[in-house]
Amino acid sequence: MRLHGDVDDERLMEVIKEFEGPIYQRPPLRSAVKRAVRIRRIYKIEVLEREGRNVLLRVWCEAGTYMRKLCHDIGEVLGVGAHMQELRRTRVGSFSEDKHLATLHDLVDAYYFWREEGIEDYIRKVVLPVEYAVRHLPKVVIRDSAVDAICHGAYLAVPGILRVESPIKVGDTVAIFTLKGELVAIGRAKMRSEQMVSAMRGIAVETKHVIMRPGTYPPMWRGTRKAAG
Amino acid sequence: MRVPQWLVKREVLIRDEEEADPRFGKPPEQRTVEELLELGVVNLDKPVGPSSHEVVAWIKRMLGFEKVAHGGTLEPPVGGGETPRSRGYCL
Repeated sequence: MRLHGDVDDERLMEVIKEFEGPIYQRPPLRSAVKRAVRIRRIYKIEVLEREGRNVLLRVWCEAGTYMRKLCHDIGEVLGVGAHMQELRRTRVGSFSEDKHLATLHDLVDAYYFWREEGIEDYIRKVVLPVEYAVRHLPKVVIRDSAVDAICHGAYLAVPGILRVESPIKVGDTVAIFTLKGELVAIGRAKMRSEQMVSAMRGIAVETKHVIMRPGTYPPMWRGTRKAAG
Repeated sequence: MRVPQWLVKREVLIRDEEEADPRFGKPPEQRTVEELLELGVVNLDKPVGPSSHEVVAWIKRMLGFEKVAHGGTLEPPVGGGETPRSRGYCL
């Protein structure tokens, strides 16, 4: 963040603190979403460095928070004005700047090492199983017999469930897994986690995105008719 | 204050126990590189300048993949030129 005037450390910290918690934001003129005031949560703001009018911040926020707007608003409250100078996304969902972060060069090199020389180590470090992308979501583990139905887009009914990670609230995004730890699909919870293990019947998860290819598991859901015929 | 998803502590609730059928599927870590490339993710440190969209197109061309997508970008660079990091999915 670049301040447009001089502010002392104490005042700066005080104003930044005020921006932690729920804040109102109206998406900027040039934006991909409807321009209605909305609420976004700022979990935490950390001042990493400061040099005169340049302030380096680390912000933990909810998806859809405009950082440019946040800088602008902090400037308004300070009374001197401010704008966002530079931005780097350091984490999104399960992705952070960890050992798996790869550059385009890493990716291309790793691919050629594997393709041309049969060396697997590099490509395996760069290309991660899809499951990695949903590490942050609560898991619902299902029976092998329920897998193919989900692959065909069916909703997950309670009897197909083996175990669930709690807490899950109605409306939460959850990841449906096999016993072997393969991602089957991503869906929206229609029940709380406690109900998923206690209910006798009903739809537990509405399937939204199917990840696993149909046919990976046998189609038990076609029932006895097909098995007999 | 509400806790972000990635900080939630979770416990496992068990409804029923069942053995995995060894005839179908396999644990993710046993996938071959071919299988991994068919459905894998890359946590990509995107260079400054090109848009995520462009980077996706390059990866497609350089590696000859049919489907590549990304999930996570920011506004297009304006003024000072910001650097969002994007991640790519290669399907």
